[in-house]
Amino acid sequence: MKDQGKYQALTYYQLMEVSLRELLVEKGLVTEQQVAATVEDMRRRTPERGARVVAHAWTHHEYKARLLEDGTRACEELGLDVPALKLVVVENTPQVHNVIVCTLCSCYPRMLLGIPPDWYKSRNYRSRMVREPRAVLAEFGLKIPRQTRIRVHDSTADMRYLVLPMRPAGTRGWSEERLAALVTRDSMIGVALAKQPRSK
Amino acid sequence: MIERGHHDMGGLPAGKVKRAEHDYAEWERRVDALAVLMGGKGVTVDERRRHIEALPPEAYDKLSYYERWIVALTQALLQRGIITTGELARKMTQVERRG
Repeated sequence: MKDQGKYQALTYYQLMEVSLRELLVEKGLVTEQQVAATVEDMRRRTPERGARVVAHAWTHHEYKARLLEDGTRACEELGLDVPALKLVVVENTPQVHNVIVCTLCSCYPRMLLGIPPDWYKSRNYRSRMVREPRAVLAEFGLKIPRQTRIRVHDSTADMRYLVLPMRPAGTRGWSEERLAALVTRDSMIGVALAKQPRSK
Repeated sequence: MIERGHHDMGGLPAGKVKRAEHDYAEWERRVDALAVLMGGKGVTVDERRRHIEALPPEAYDKLSYYERWIVALTQALLQRGIITTGELARKMTQVERRG
C-alpha cells in the first residue's frame, strides 16, 4: 500500500492521523520535524542491527556471555540504544531451539529488528505458536529435530526477546561483517536458522 | 472466572500462518512516530494497549494494526484531556474538506 496521494480520499483512520498530528502540533506537543525525524529513525532500525550483535557474539566469547547475561547493556556496548526495556537474548543450541511471540499484542525487539512483519502480529501466529510451535515452524519450512526442545518466549511491553541463532558450520575464520550477512531477521525471531554459507 | 479478553489469544485454535508482509505506508509510520513521541510525554505503551484491548472484538479484527494504534492513541489523549472530542471533530472536518 502506497501513501495516499493528494487526490485520493483519505480513509477515516488516515484522516484521524492527520488530524491528531495537526492538533498536537498546534498545541506545541510535537513538531512536524520531530515526527519526520522519528519516522526516519525507525526506518534506520533494520534487522542489520540485530545481525551485528549476533555476529559480534559469534566471534567474541566474552561478549556473548555478557549478551546472554544482560542483553540491554550488551547492546549499549555496541552503541545500540535499548530504551527502557529489558532485552533477553536466548541462545539456540543443538539441544534447544528458541522462538519468540507476543500472544497479547505485538511486542518485538524493535530496536534491533525494526517494525515487526505482519504475520508476527497475526491471530494465527499469536494463537498457535505457544501451543503447537513445531507445526507452526514447519509451516515456515523449519523442521526441528524431535530430540531438540523448543522454547517459546512470550514477550511483554517491558521485556523483549531476541534469539541468538547457531553459527553455521563452515564459517571458521569469517569476519564479523561476512557472518552478519548470514543472520536474517527470521533467524533472530526463531522461525528460521541463520543462512548456510553456500545458500543464497 | 473472568473470561479472557479478545486480544488474549495465546493457545487458542487458529489457522495457518499467512506469511504476509507489507512495506508500511507513510501514514502508518507517522502513527508509529506519534506514539513514540507521545510516549516521551508520558503516554505509556500500557495505556495505549489498554485502549486497543478495549476495542469491541469486531473492531479489533476488522481494523488493521496501525488503525488500531491511531484509535488507541487518540483515546488515550482524549482520556487524559490533552485533546477534546470537539477539537478532534472540528479538525477532522477541516482536514476532510481540505482534501
